[in-house]
Amino acid sequence: MEIPALTESTYYILLSLYHPQHGYGIMQQTEELSGGRVHLAAGTLYGALTSLCEKGWIRPLPMESGSRKKEYQLTADGLQVLKRELARLQQLVANGESILREEGL
Amino acid sequence: MNKTKKVFKIFFVWDFEKEERWLNQMAMEGWVLEEVSFFGYTFRRCEPGEYILRLEMNPSEDYRRFVEELGAEYIGSIVNWCYFRRKAELGSFDLLSDIDSRITHLDRIGRMLALICLANLIMGVTNSLDQARFGLLNLLCAALLSYALGRIHGSKAALEQERTLHE
Repeated sequence: MEIPALTESTYYILLSLYHPQHGYGIMQQTEELSGGRVHLAAGTLYGALTSLCEKGWIRPLPMESGSRKKEYQLTADGLQVLKRELARLQQLVANGESILREEGL
Repeated sequence: MNKTKKVFKIFFVWDFEKEERWLNQMAMEGWVLEEVSFFGYTFRRCEPGEYILRLEMNPSEDYRRFVEELGAEYIGSIVNWCYFRRKAELGSFDLLSDIDSRITHLDRIGRMLALICLANLIMGVTNSLDQARFGLLNLLCAALLSYALGRIHGSKAALEQERTLHE
């Protein structure tokens, strides 16, 4: 199955969900990992979580009693997607480096 | 000094970003939005710059709860337009950050406008045929709504143009 490039937001959301996390946690982790460069807005994150659940790349965890925050986690499918994306990005970087190095930059 | 004040102001649907800027300007001046009603805004005294305000067209209850989980307060809504505020000390607060979600948002607004426009058009035609008084008013509404649809479509096209270059 051919999967097109992930957006930066999707990539970081999947990465953050390697360990179970709620919405606020995903937001903070993404900002931290990207050095404050990628900022997930509430609506953007909500839309992404909904469609990632539909795709089966992540799943909501059963709510613990007393907790009001919904947590999510990466699924096996989601992990595969993430690994494939990593390989794509590595190729992207390798190509960029080899050509720019030839040019002596 | 009065603790609250009511302001009547009209914004067209395609000017929602301007409305949001105005609400944030009010918050900077020490007036935070407390209640919304048709064309009316009730403000309460606050520390200047204490709150960040955001609005979005989204009918989902689940979404409302999600935003509240992020530390925001839900102020109220009018025809599916939800108003939120969050303390500025919690950091930057946005609802729509990337181009894709802004396009999805405009699509949602467009669908709602198209639906109301169609309803007005049908009522306008049937009312005119029945020689009812409101027929012309319905048609006028439909015309204004079509214009709004055009504006929303224009904003969307601009975003899609941008989308071809970067996320």
